[in-house]
Amino acid sequence: MFFDSDLVMSALRALTPILLAALGGAICERAGVFNIGLEGMMLMGCFTAVTTSWFTGSPWLGVLAAALAAAAYSLILAVGTVTLRGDAVVLGIAMNLLAVGLTSFLLRTVFGVQGTFDDPSLAGLPLVGGFSPLAYVAWASVGVAALMLSRHVWGLRLRGVGEAPEAAATLGVSPAKYQYAAVLVSGVLCGLAGAQLALGNVTLFSENMTAGRGWIAVVAVMLGRALPLGVLLAALLFGLAEAAGFRLQGLGLPQQATDAAPYVVTLGALFLTTARRRRRTRPAGAVS
Amino acid sequence: MTRITGALRSPVTFSVLAGVVIGALFLVGTGADPISAYGAVISGSLGSDGIGSTLSTTTSVLGMALALAIPLRAGLINLGGDGQLVLGGIAAAVTGLYSPLPAPLTVVLALLAGMAAGAGYAALAALCENHLGVPLLVSSLLLSYPASSLASYLVRYPLKEPGSSLPQTRQLPQGVALPAFGDSTVTVGLLLIVAAAAAYWFADSRTAVGYEIRMTGLNSRFAAYAGVERKGLTLKLMAVSGALAGLVGAIGVLSFPYRFLDGALTAPGYTWTGLTAALLAAAGPLGTVLASFFFAVLEVGGLSMERTTEVPRELTQVLQAIVIVFLAARLSFPDKWLRRSGRSERLRQKEAV
Repeated sequence: MFFDSDLVMSALRALTPILLAALGGAICERAGVFNIGLEGMMLMGCFTAVTTSWFTGSPWLGVLAAALAAAAYSLILAVGTVTLRGDAVVLGIAMNLLAVGLTSFLLRTVFGVQGTFDDPSLAGLPLVGGFSPLAYVAWASVGVAALMLSRHVWGLRLRGVGEAPEAAATLGVSPAKYQYAAVLVSGVLCGLAGAQLALGNVTLFSENMTAGRGWIAVVAVMLGRALPLGVLLAALLFGLAEAAGFRLQGLGLPQQATDAAPYVVTLGALFLTTARRRRRTRPAGAVS
Repeated sequence: MTRITGALRSPVTFSVLAGVVIGALFLVGTGADPISAYGAVISGSLGSDGIGSTLSTTTSVLGMALALAIPLRAGLINLGGDGQLVLGGIAAAVTGLYSPLPAPLTVVLALLAGMAAGAGYAALAALCENHLGVPLLVSSLLLSYPASSLASYLVRYPLKEPGSSLPQTRQLPQGVALPAFGDSTVTVGLLLIVAAAAAYWFADSRTAVGYEIRMTGLNSRFAAYAGVERKGLTLKLMAVSGALAGLVGAIGVLSFPYRFLDGALTAPGYTWTGLTAALLAAAGPLGTVLASFFFAVLEVGGLSMERTTEVPRELTQVLQAIVIVFLAARLSFPDKWLRRSGRSERLRQKEAV
């Protein structure tokens, strides 16, 4: 059997970091901030999680520190785009580059190693029912985000800020405040995503270990139209592709083919959904 | 005089200065002396030992910077440089190994094959945007991963050098190589890339196409109204961009060590350094050349800084990113002061320029 419970389980494990980061991206998107710095925020989370867990011996403090560090890092995006009205795309790309450079630099100054830091005494997260505790946090966050965005007054205001900032400002809702909050929340979620990557299924830090997952999360936001449940489905698709890739590798397919699988599947899904959406609506050439 | 104060006020100058200052803080933080560290960067990259290495790094960085600058001029961001670079390299390697032609013709053919492979793959990303509605930023980046995996597969299995433990192709036949200057690592590839930069400068400032591209970058709606066909432009710009990235890959394979080694083209991160340079220069041709040289100096100098002060060379990567972070946020003192003192008229004039 190719599709069995093991495959589903490993798909669910693979989706956790993507889901957390993509939820953060979706919240930013709803507040009108295009966040493509998810990859960099995750990477900062990975490094902080490993460093803190190493020095304190507690993976939980690692998770906490990762969330705080990534939130602090996300302030670059908030200040740059909301306050200074800079270009979000350029800023996001720069943040991703900065994170790669900064974590590699710190890896060498703090641990004196290059490439990978991997130590048997580095404490990772325990598994609860086969999953990392952060997986449960991720699933719960989907529900919370969905409820907040559709029911709670904060969520409605956040969406208002994203859709019509002037109108929101007229009603006394400060767009800047909501946009800062959205970016900070995305930072926290990306920090958790990074902690999951570095202390969840594996326990190590290696240079650029996010390896494009932040970008997949950006795509998941587009695929899921920035809806929490949509994002969940998109992340599930990615998780399945990754898990199926591992399975095929076990059946003798070369690793290079399965490495590419998640990206190809994501791209394919993006084609299908945009093509269908286009047929339905026929927009006047607008590409969002 | 006004030109000098203007240059000092420009966000580029400010960002570079801010990068240098923050880098100095990092150096102090790690217990190094910033002046001797920066001195090592300059002497290590521009001194007689380092200049050859700086020029061959400039070849790759400038090549990738041009590849990204050309679409960027029209507001399009090609993030798939790595994939185009690698496919260009593998196409050049295959041509170099199997072409029956005499060596000099094979070199030309390999360069063309590299350009064609890069161009074709970049055009694929453009088609994704034009016909499937996937934003170029995302399609180009996502396409890059399968390309790298494909190249990696090819050099590990069908093209692998027999008997070698490394994932690499055989060495190219004798004579299938770009001529080098003296016994340096600088090859004719540098001249090709400089020629490409000159062509870009000419097209940008002297031709109608260059004007259309700049207009699209400044205001795409207006450009569309004025009759610029966006889809066609995207396709052409991406093809040119990919051709340049492929050329960089081909030059890499046709220079030392004269073979395709898995990861060797992408590991130095020329795509991202090139993108950083192009962004710093706002894709202007002359600025892109200067910024690329600046970053090549940083990268090569970083190695000698690491030798003399034991500060990891990754610091130079941090510097590059900080420069762009500041630039993207358009931080510059005078602008802020102007805004605060309410002299908005002058500001508006400045932004109109």
